[in-house]
Amino acid sequence: MIRLEHVSRLYAVGDQVVHALDDVNLVIEPGEYLSVMGPSGSGKSTLLHLLGLLDRPDRGRYLFHGEDTARLDDRHLARLRRRHIGFVFQFFHLVPRLSAAGNVELPMMLDGWPLPRRRARVRRLLEAVGLADRARHRPDQLSGGQRQRVAIARALALDPELVLADEPTGNLDQAAGHEILDLLEAVVAQGRTLVLVTHDPELGHRAPRRLQMRDGRLFESPGGVG
Amino acid sequence: MSWLDTLRLALGSLRFTPVRTALTVLAMAIGVAAVLLLTALGEGARAYVVREFASLGTHLLFVLPGHAHTRGLSLATGLVSSVRPLTLDDAAALKGLPAVAAVAPIVVGSAQVRAGGIGRDSVVLGSTAELRTVRHWRMQRGRFLDPGDWHRARAQCVLGPTVARALFGNARAVGKRVRIGDRRFRVVGILASVGRTFGFDNGELVIVPVAAAQALFDREGLFRILVAARNEATLASARRSVRRVLLRRHRGHEDFTLLTQGALLATFERILRALTLAVATIAAVSLGVAGVLIMNVQLIGVARRVPEIGLLRALGATRGQVLGLFLCESGLLSLGGALAGVAAGMLGAGLLGAMLPALAPLHAPAWAGLAAPALAVGTGLLFGLLPARRAAALDPVRALERR
Repeated sequence: MIRLEHVSRLYAVGDQVVHALDDVNLVIEPGEYLSVMGPSGSGKSTLLHLLGLLDRPDRGRYLFHGEDTARLDDRHLARLRRRHIGFVFQFFHLVPRLSAAGNVELPMMLDGWPLPRRRARVRRLLEAVGLADRARHRPDQLSGGQRQRVAIARALALDPELVLADEPTGNLDQAAGHEILDLLEAVVAQGRTLVLVTHDPELGHRAPRRLQMRDGRLFESPGGVG
Repeated sequence: MSWLDTLRLALGSLRFTPVRTALTVLAMAIGVAAVLLLTALGEGARAYVVREFASLGTHLLFVLPGHAHTRGLSLATGLVSSVRPLTLDDAAALKGLPAVAAVAPIVVGSAQVRAGGIGRDSVVLGSTAELRTVRHWRMQRGRFLDPGDWHRARAQCVLGPTVARALFGNARAVGKRVRIGDRRFRVVGILASVGRTFGFDNGELVIVPVAAAQALFDREGLFRILVAARNEATLASARRSVRRVLLRRHRGHEDFTLLTQGALLATFERILRALTLAVATIAAVSLGVAGVLIMNVQLIGVARRVPEIGLLRALGATRGQVLGLFLCESGLLSLGGALAGVAAGMLGAGLLGAMLPALAPLHAPAWAGLAAPALAVGTGLLFGLLPARRAAALDPVRALERR
């Protein structure tokens, strides 16, 4: 499904060039659950943004379903993000003025779904993350764990095949963090691909395939299943 | 994304900052209302002038001494002394012309009018019996000046109602004697009030035979000659024949000016229209200012919502969708301002009309009612373009990293 070939991403910091990604090669098959671990600044987030088509490689190729993403324009990339990729962020990134339902509805709105179909889907999604009774609540009326559930419901709105989670438990207490991870893993059980970025080894080791990042370079962890 | 959803999202974000939204809408509304109010005033003034002219009759021809070389207002040329004056005989010569219904020569001066120890400075008009026909005046009491020989300075006068009341109170004035300057006149009638025309009240007039006025003010030349055509259709031919006769009498020198009511009216209308347009343009500048305000507010909005914009991009919004969203907000702000401004402008024109009954009914002309809100929305969208483009151009990764 995903193939990175010799991908590099460079940043200029002052007059120094920093390799956020340095000759990364990676193949991800459908249905895989993999974690990316490493110290902060090692390039985890850059990798995730790149996989999520929010960023482009400076060198190398990124093939999504065999298609070279460098050739796609803004509208194509936006459609791929919308329909094939779901994001879960460390800081939830909910729109503060919208209710839980409104936030979950956003991707469907952007995709042009008619209102009744959206309503039904939002209800099902909120039920699935256990927040059916919080649909009208605004983010500031929800706990951290609840906010992240809303974000997961939103990520699944258009039934994407790839879910990218960037430190999804990083801003939660341990109990809530475990709940969120359980929820994400349940998502994978439905046949989706899950990429989990974390610096917490305990969480990372729950994934059958584990990747390590150091200074922009990617290593398969020993013990990881191919 | 459907346009309805764009609208819904835009409305939602505007509602989230109610004070900012209200103030921006207010600024635009003030601009639109100003345009409407000022054009309503200008239009009211123009309609007022047209009405006043119509009340004077539209088949009038004015003969003024002196020649204006440029078109336009030359009402003051009666004061220029270097030209050959219009004489009473000039006026008399116009009387028999076929297209002419009536001719009234006019001499104007001001003098003190006294009766029974009360004095009052009045405008004294020297004319003839025909003046009443030409002006459509009616009498409150008595009769107008006697017809007959224009050269005879009969000692009779007609008073305007205000003058009559000032001099005689409620007592009967007709038949009484008054002193005008150093001469004595008998009051033969009192005019019925016609109200004001151009702020000039016939109530303050004192009318004496033209020959008497010439003697009183020691002035041969006429202030002007009023010529009434038989009707509007014969106005042009009356004008031609009047010009021919006067040219012959003045040995080919065109040292007089012929003005028709229509030409005067057209001049006034031109001036007032230009004035209306000028003030409307000045008011329209405030629309531009409001547009800049919208740009500012939206730039602030974009800066504050950077993470939200990043999120939208991550969720699969195209640059175009982000652009549309912010443009829609600017459009809504200016549209709200336009609608509120039209409402306020109409309300204000109504109130102003109540305060200035002479100009009532006051309402903005249709072109202003359409152009002002259209210009407001146009400005809003134009100035909204910069912030919207800035939002659309944001790098989603950087946007997401900002919290």
